[in-house]
Amino acid sequence: MVSTTAVQFLRQAPAPSLPPPSLRAGVFGWLRVNLFSSPLNIALTLLCIGLIAWVVPPLVRFLLINATWSGSDREACLASPANPNPGACWAFIRVWFSYFVYGFYPIGQRWRVDVFFLALAFGIGWLAWLRAPRRDIGAVYFFIVLPILSLVLLGGLPLLGLSYVPTNLWGGILVTIVVATIGMVFSLPLGILLALGRRSRIPVVRWLSIMFIEFVRGVPLITVLFMASVMLPLFVPEPLAPDKLVRALIGVALFASAYMAEVVRGGLLAIPRGQYEAAQALGLSYWRMTGLVILPQALRVTLPNIVNVFIALFKDTTLVFIVGIFDFLRTVEVARGDQKWTSPVASLTGYVFAALFYFVCCYAMSRYARRVEARLARRSALKRR
Amino acid sequence: MAKSLDDAHTGPPHAQTAIEIIALNKWFGEFHVLRDIDLKVARGERIVICGPSGSGKSTLLRCINHLEDWQSGRIVVDGIELTDDPKQIVAVRRDVGMVFQQFNLFPHLTVLENCTLAPIWVRKMAKRDAEALAMKYLERVKIPEQAQKYPARLSGGQQQRVAIARALCMNPDIMLFDEPTSALDPEMVKEVLDTMVELASDGITMLVVSHEMGFARQVADRMIFMADGQILEINEPQGFFDAPQHERTRLFLQQILR
Repeated sequence: MVSTTAVQFLRQAPAPSLPPPSLRAGVFGWLRVNLFSSPLNIALTLLCIGLIAWVVPPLVRFLLINATWSGSDREACLASPANPNPGACWAFIRVWFSYFVYGFYPIGQRWRVDVFFLALAFGIGWLAWLRAPRRDIGAVYFFIVLPILSLVLLGGLPLLGLSYVPTNLWGGILVTIVVATIGMVFSLPLGILLALGRRSRIPVVRWLSIMFIEFVRGVPLITVLFMASVMLPLFVPEPLAPDKLVRALIGVALFASAYMAEVVRGGLLAIPRGQYEAAQALGLSYWRMTGLVILPQALRVTLPNIVNVFIALFKDTTLVFIVGIFDFLRTVEVARGDQKWTSPVASLTGYVFAALFYFVCCYAMSRYARRVEARLARRSALKRR
Repeated sequence: MAKSLDDAHTGPPHAQTAIEIIALNKWFGEFHVLRDIDLKVARGERIVICGPSGSGKSTLLRCINHLEDWQSGRIVVDGIELTDDPKQIVAVRRDVGMVFQQFNLFPHLTVLENCTLAPIWVRKMAKRDAEALAMKYLERVKIPEQAQKYPARLSGGQQQRVAIARALCMNPDIMLFDEPTSALDPEMVKEVLDTMVELASDGITMLVVSHEMGFARQVADRMIFMADGQILEINEPQGFFDAPQHERTRLFLQQILR
């Protein structure tokens, strides 16, 4: 092991701290490193460019260039000498738009739905804006004031001069938002309770939680909805049987909570034993330990999966149509069948519009979750720096 | 027998015996991890427990605040008999602070919040008072300037000192240390041991599981040597180190002191 270097060494001057060497120079440097670094990478890049060139121009042509923006019936959206290849029939969406939003909600009362949307947006904004003032009051507003306000506004309270509007007149985006919001608001706490129940030391609590979770998870949502709307009236006398929409709401919330429970349980498993022991050693009771030490960490780990459940839930709301509730997608279906507008492009446009709506909502949730994750990571790096 | 919560506040804290363990036996499945443990710890006494790994010393420590349960025997802490009754367990845990090998700070809370959590929620202290108390103890462990940081930003030695401050914030009568320096890088062991030496001079009852023999010599009133779930030797430090009686003790000391 004889080396040619000096056996002894003593540093005379400290080594200076230098900035890292710059590897990427400008646009071309970036392109070379990221898109054309290897033969495989070059092939993939070319393939993607080809795909984009193949898909995007016809899409733009259909949605924008050849689209019909105004008109009063199907004639506007049919092929004509002026427009031999008719594109999207936005005129159809414009005419039916208020039906998509309100369903059959009485026209004179639709301001009530608008107020509900505003109140909801205000509440969501208050809670979602992480630096908003008094978010505790925001939570009270969102979870207590808003539900009561919404019930009075949408359902009606003759005492206040708000006429009664039965839920079978509700429809469109209104119903989709109501079902999704209620589903999300109830599934998270229920899911947390079920997840804790599944890990409980009390056998009865544990068994009941496992039975509920496994049963609901093992059954399609459509079945749960059918059971909620058909079987419930068998057990509850007719006058006391809840409203059809309420039944569907319960079904959706229970279904989502079973999935949420498993997601939260995954987060609980990620918390090391030492955290429980440290909390216990300080004399915290089970609920304090859970609420102050365990859940804040578990939910943080779980956040991406929670949002995943929310997104799935939001899209699953379209299934309530099978028990006769007119959600947004169902109203599009109804409008599509309108004789006055029957044309291939009208149907297509209806679906494009629906897809856009669902995409915007889900993508917003996803982006928001990413921001919260990034913020949490910045604030308290769970990993060591 | 079991005393009520109220009694715990009036009589017992003046009792001369801090901890009494009588004929304690514990099994992990088939494994007899604690065998016939009898131990009486006087108020203000400082005890260092050592022994080879797997000898049951951590388990014994963890029985004292009921992080582990046991199959036979009794433990009385501060005059409160530990039973399965959650009220008794919480009453004991309020009086017994614990410091873990892995620190176990709460990563989602700042250093200050780590220290005020239990005083606020268990002792029902006002937030401002709890923060003042926390700052007092953070100053004692010499890291008040880190109060607003999250634990992940601190070194191991700093984290362990925060853990000590967190336990002290509950004003415990008894402190349990479960290998507090074993997870630390060598250059950080001293800062934690210094903190513990200072604490020892305050007259708090201390039970320390540790292999830091220099520390043991300096602060211990009594040394306990455990092996195979039994207490093999209890002695004053001088006798323990200079003239160990049990052959296993001699062997063990030879190995770790070299």
